[in-house]
Amino acid sequence: MDNLLVAENICKQFGNFTALNNVSINIPRESIFGLLGPNGAGKTTFLRIINQITMPDSGVVYLDGKALHPNDVGHIGYLPEERGLYKSMRVGEQALYLARLKGLTKAEAKEQLDYWFTKLDIKHWWDKKIQELSKGMAQKVQFVITVLHRPKLLIFDEPFSGFDPVNADLIKNEILQLRKEGATILFSTHRMESVEELCDYMALIHESNKLLDGKVDDIKRAHKTNTFEVGMNPFNENELLAELKSNFKVGKAQFKSLADDLKLSIQIKPNESPNDLLQYLITKSRVNHFVEVVPSVNDIFIKTVTRNE
Amino acid sequence: MNNLNLIIQREYLARVRNKTFIVMTFLSPLILVGMFSLIAYLSMLNNSETHTIAVKDDSDLFKGEFENKEEIDFVDVSSISLEEAKLLVKEKEYYGVLYIPNIQDNAELAKSIRFFGKEAPSIGILRQIERTISENLTTRELISRGLDISQIKAAEAQVDIRIENFEGMRTSKMSNYIKMIFGGAAGYLLMMFIIIYGNMVMRSVIEEKTNRIIEIIISSVKPIQLMLGKIIGTSLAGITQFTIWVVLGTVLLFITSSLTGMDLMEAQPQMQEMDQVSNGEIQQLIVDITNLPILTLIIFFLIYFIGGYFLYSAIYAAIGAAVDSETDTQQFMFPIILPLMLGIYVGFFSVIENPHGTVSTIFSMIPLTSPIVMLMRIPFGVPWYELAISVIILFVSNAGIVWLAAKIYRVGILMYGKKPTYKELYKWIKY
Repeated sequence: MDNLLVAENICKQFGNFTALNNVSINIPRESIFGLLGPNGAGKTTFLRIINQITMPDSGVVYLDGKALHPNDVGHIGYLPEERGLYKSMRVGEQALYLARLKGLTKAEAKEQLDYWFTKLDIKHWWDKKIQELSKGMAQKVQFVITVLHRPKLLIFDEPFSGFDPVNADLIKNEILQLRKEGATILFSTHRMESVEELCDYMALIHESNKLLDGKVDDIKRAHKTNTFEVGMNPFNENELLAELKSNFKVGKAQFKSLADDLKLSIQIKPNESPNDLLQYLITKSRVNHFVEVVPSVNDIFIKTVTRNE
Repeated sequence: MNNLNLIIQREYLARVRNKTFIVMTFLSPLILVGMFSLIAYLSMLNNSETHTIAVKDDSDLFKGEFENKEEIDFVDVSSISLEEAKLLVKEKEYYGVLYIPNIQDNAELAKSIRFFGKEAPSIGILRQIERTISENLTTRELISRGLDISQIKAAEAQVDIRIENFEGMRTSKMSNYIKMIFGGAAGYLLMMFIIIYGNMVMRSVIEEKTNRIIEIIISSVKPIQLMLGKIIGTSLAGITQFTIWVVLGTVLLFITSSLTGMDLMEAQPQMQEMDQVSNGEIQQLIVDITNLPILTLIIFFLIYFIGGYFLYSAIYAAIGAAVDSETDTQQFMFPIILPLMLGIYVGFFSVIENPHGTVSTIFSMIPLTSPIVMLMRIPFGVPWYELAISVIILFVSNAGIVWLAAKIYRVGILMYGKKPTYKELYKWIKY
C-alpha cells in the first residue's frame, strides 16, 4: 500500500510523563485518516511531532518515503486545536504573512488567497482587522490559511470543536473536495460521528499507546457481533419467542418502525448464516425489518478503551 | 533566513503601526519641549517681577549706594519714621523695608541692620543687599584705618586654578560634571530602552500565546526564529523611535528657541553670573564637550545597546512564554529590574566617585550591569582592553542566555493554564 506518511516507533516523554509510547502509524495516500483517543491520550503530541513542533525522543517520521525535513513544513497544513490569529492585523496581510512563512512567494500567496477568498466569498474582508470579524468569520479565514499552500498532508486537530455548525459543514465539504484533488487528510478528534462520516482509516490512541488501527470498515468487521435487529408481526408470538430463545441469544431491540411490531435483537453464531435465520423467521411471522447491527466507532472506542484499563 | 526576515518585518510593522507607539513617538518630544518652554516661561515671569524695597537709612551712609536693578527698585524713605515706613510698605505692597539705624561704629552697625517684610525675602535679593552693605562698610572701615583704597584694589588677585591632565590638555572644573552628565545620560537612556522594549517583546509573546496563533506559526518556523525575529524587529522599532526623537527634538528645540529666543539670550548671562563662569570658561566648556570621546560613546552605546537589549529581551521573551497573562509576570520581573537598578546605582555612586575603582571595574564586566556601568565610565576614559573584555563577556553570555531563553520559550509557548515556578522553568530547560 502506498503510504504518504509513516511514523515508526515514536516515543516521547515529558519529564516522568510518557506522552507517546512506541506509536507507529501509516497513513495511506489520499485517505482521510482519523486519529481517535480520549483527552490526554497523546494525539496532539503526535500531531506536533509530525509538524516538527516537538521532536520525538526516538522513532522516525517519513513523509513521501523520506525522513521528515524542516523544509517539509511547506507540504503540511496544520490547523491546531488551539488556534487564533493576530487580532490587530488585517486579514489579507496576515494571510499573506502566514502563507509566505510556509514558503510561498508573495505572488503565489496572492493568487491562492484570491482563489480561496473568492470561493468562500470573503474577499471584502481583506482590509478588516481580525478583531472586527465575528468568531465564525475568523474561523473561515483560519481554514483558508491552513489550506492555502496546497499541502500534500492536511492535519486538523479537533477541526469541528471550535467551529459553528455552518462552518463545520463547510469545512467537511472542503475536506472531501481537497481529498478529491489529491490531498491526504489526518484529523484527530474524540467526536466519533465525524470519524464514522468521513474517515477511511483510523487509529485509536489511549494512554500513550496505539490500541488499534486500520481501515474503518475492517475494524468494524472485526468488531461485529453477528447480531441482527428484527422487526416482525409473529403468527404466534409465544411459540416464536420460546423457539428463538432456545437457539439464539435474544434481546429486546429499539429502533424506529411504522408497524407496531415485535422488536428483537438476535445474535447468531459466527458459523451460521443470516439467510437461515431470515428463512426461519419468514415461516413464523411477517418480517418488516431485518438489519445487521454494525458496531459504531463509538462502541468500538469505548469497548477497546475499557478493555485496556 | 528568509523566514527570519519575514518575521522581523512583521514584528517591526506591528510595533511601528501600533497607535501607542505613534502617539508616544510624536508626543514625547512635544511634551519634553513643552515642559522646557513652560519652565523657561515661568522663570521669565518670576524674573520680570520687580520688587520695590523701601530704604530707611538713618545713618546717612548709603545715599545712592543701592542701585536699582532689573528686579529690585529701591525707594528712599529716610524722611519718615520706621513705623510710617512699614505702613507705607503695607499700603503700596512693597517687598519690605530695609532699616539701617544711626550707629557710628561700623562693626556695631553691621549687626543692627534689619529687614521688615510680609514674608522672608529671596536669598538672591538678600545677598545682593548684604553685598552692597558689606562692601560699603569694609571700604569705610579701611579708610578709617588710614589705608589707601586704590592700592588695595590694585593688590587684589583673581585666582582661577586651571586643571590640566598629564597629556597637557587643559580641562575645566566643569569637565568632570560634563563627563558625569554624558555618561549618566547614556546609561540611563540604555536602561529605559531595555525596560521599554524588553516589555514590548514580552507583551508580544504573551499576545501570541493568548491569541493562540503561536502553534500555527511554529508549525512553519522554528521557535527560536520567531523569538529572534521578534527581538530584532522590536529593537529596530526602538531605533526608529529613537531616531525620530532626535530629529524631532532638534527641530522643536530650534523652533522654541527662535520663538522664545530673547529669553534664552537673557538667561545665559544670568547663569554666567551665578556660576561665576567667565567667557573663557564657556569656551572651555565647549572644548571639553568636543574633547569627550563622543564618537566612542556613540559607538559603544550602540554596541552595548545591542548586547544589553538582546540579553534582557531574551529573558523577557522567556518570561512572556512562561506565563499566560501580563499579571502573572510580576514574580519574574524583580530579577530583571534588580540588576538594571544595581547598574544605575553603581553608576551614579561608584563610577562618579571613582570611575576606575574596583567596584566600577567589576560591575562594568558583569554582563547584566556592564552595558550601563561601562557606558558611564567611557567618558572618563577606559583602556581599550577593558572595553574589549567587557564586550566579549557580554556577547558570549548573550549567546548563552539566548540559548537558555529559547529552551524555556520553546516549551513555554505551548503551555497553557498554569503559572510555572522557577523549578518548572528549570525542568523545561532540560526537556
